[in-house]
Amino acid sequence: MGRYCLKRILSTIPLLLVISFVVFMFIHMIPGDPARLIAGQDATKEDVAIIREQLGLDKPLLEQYGEYMKGLLTGDLGNSIKNGKTVAQTILPRLKPTLMLTFSSMVWATIVGIAIGVISAVFRGKTLDYFGMLIAISGISIPSFWLGLELIQGFSVTLRWLPTAGLDSWKSYILPSLTMGAGIMAVLARFTRSTMLETMREDYVRTARAKGLKETLVVMRHAFKNSLIEIVTVGGLQIGGLLSGSVMAETVFSIPGLGRLLVESINFRDYKVVQALLLFFAVEYIVINLIVDLLYGVINPKVRYD
Amino acid sequence: MTETNKVNEEHHYMSAEELPKAKSKTKEFIKKFMKRKTAVVSLVFILVLIFLALTARFFVPYDPNQADYSSLLQGPSAKHLWGTDEFGRDIFSRLMVGAKLSLFSALISAFIGTVIGVLLGLLAGFYGGILDSLIMRGSDILFAFPDILLAIAVVAIIGPGTINVMIAVAVFTVPSFARIIRSATLTVKEAPYVEVARSLGCKNGRILFVHIFPGTIQSLLVNFTMRIGTAILAASSLSFLGFGANVTEPEWGAMLSLGRNYLNTAPHMVLFPGILIFLTVLAFNLLGDGLRDTMDPKMN
Repeated sequence: MGRYCLKRILSTIPLLLVISFVVFMFIHMIPGDPARLIAGQDATKEDVAIIREQLGLDKPLLEQYGEYMKGLLTGDLGNSIKNGKTVAQTILPRLKPTLMLTFSSMVWATIVGIAIGVISAVFRGKTLDYFGMLIAISGISIPSFWLGLELIQGFSVTLRWLPTAGLDSWKSYILPSLTMGAGIMAVLARFTRSTMLETMREDYVRTARAKGLKETLVVMRHAFKNSLIEIVTVGGLQIGGLLSGSVMAETVFSIPGLGRLLVESINFRDYKVVQALLLFFAVEYIVINLIVDLLYGVINPKVRYD
Repeated sequence: MTETNKVNEEHHYMSAEELPKAKSKTKEFIKKFMKRKTAVVSLVFILVLIFLALTARFFVPYDPNQADYSSLLQGPSAKHLWGTDEFGRDIFSRLMVGAKLSLFSALISAFIGTVIGVLLGLLAGFYGGILDSLIMRGSDILFAFPDILLAIAVVAIIGPGTINVMIAVAVFTVPSFARIIRSATLTVKEAPYVEVARSLGCKNGRILFVHIFPGTIQSLLVNFTMRIGTAILAASSLSFLGFGANVTEPEWGAMLSLGRNYLNTAPHMVLFPGILIFLTVLAFNLLGDGLRDTMDPKMN
């Protein structure tokens, strides 16, 4: 097991290095002169030169990369052009709201998604199954920003039950979490249903039924328990995407999180912050995928021997 | 009686007309597909939408860009079926005319992404070795960025605008198709008919495109259909964030973005573009589900 973990962790390192290089090249891939773009067309040559120096674009590419990697390892990712603070100071206060939103979305989406999937599988071909799958396919197809706006319209504007924006109390998390989690709930519901249907065809489930066990016990103790490995894996992989999915929910609900910071920074051409956020989201996605892979190896020994 | 006649009498040989007609695969597929009602309804919806998008200019009651300051932010009525926006423009007319932009930009970007992804997947699966490693590691890099983030990153580099959003959506479509088609190619490559083609002296290009590619079409078709839905969602999301179409254009996502400022006074500005995006994506997803179940019922 230790060897398997080590192999997986080591195989991630080259990918992380390549990602850091791709993100470093981000500013260099912008067509034209990024310093001129930030300074604006009316800016003087001196202003453009100052910005170029701030971005470190006046040095040779290799030196820039060396400094970037050094900064990456020491946590110095440069300064924000918008507020002059370090990138870390700009990003860190925005982390908590995004993490809270991600967590709350994941919790409800997992519970509801798995429940819908199990019910649909048990009642395959019945009205409950069709209803469950209708919810699931709608969850995949609905534009999250529209869902958010309609929730505001219904629960905030019309009923006045919940706040429209900001993060003042626990109530403020309800609508953004519903918006963010809908897609994942749908993916989990569809996946749980298909995994459960497959498991329910297994011999051990037939044996359990033949023994005369109650159907609830057959479903929960045999079919569901054995499907859970796959479901947890898919669920885990969704978290990685969820964090960056906060972009839409945070924009709709004006939440000062990382997603909204990314949009603001792109609009302001605050490239150092954009660069850091892209790196953060990509690394977080890779690390979560790695953790899920390792967990999968722990739960399912067959994987380790592949 | 001659020997031949004797044999013919003992074994009754059927003439060509008597032979049972071999069922055409396409006919069989259509027959199976037609049994899936939701998929059929979705296909009809999509076809009607495409027809409306192409002919909208001829039937919409108002000029989609014509401001009418005497009827600002009006709710749905007999005069304006889906109400008006902040400039008094008819929302129904704008959505119908905008269907061309929203639908075709998603279709084109998904198609371009698919073509590139399929080519890369075919080459990686067929040739293997360094080429495979290169293509797959490239895909891994793109996969390290979740879909919408990758699209945002591309737009951040090349700037906002409809064409750039199409490029962004195409870019994030590439890696998933490269992977899907690579694994399909690996399976088809081992099929006996490919082995026969090789032993007959077929060149690699012919084997790849004439023998292997048709074998990957099933997974290609299902995934492409579903990818169009994703492309519509991604493009409208980018427009909503202000990275896509110009706000003056009747693009669905951009219209929704504008309507956001009038949620209190004119909720219909958000309602109708949203419903249209939702139904269109739903139709593509249901069609994809239907195609998948028709081709491989085990998947259901």
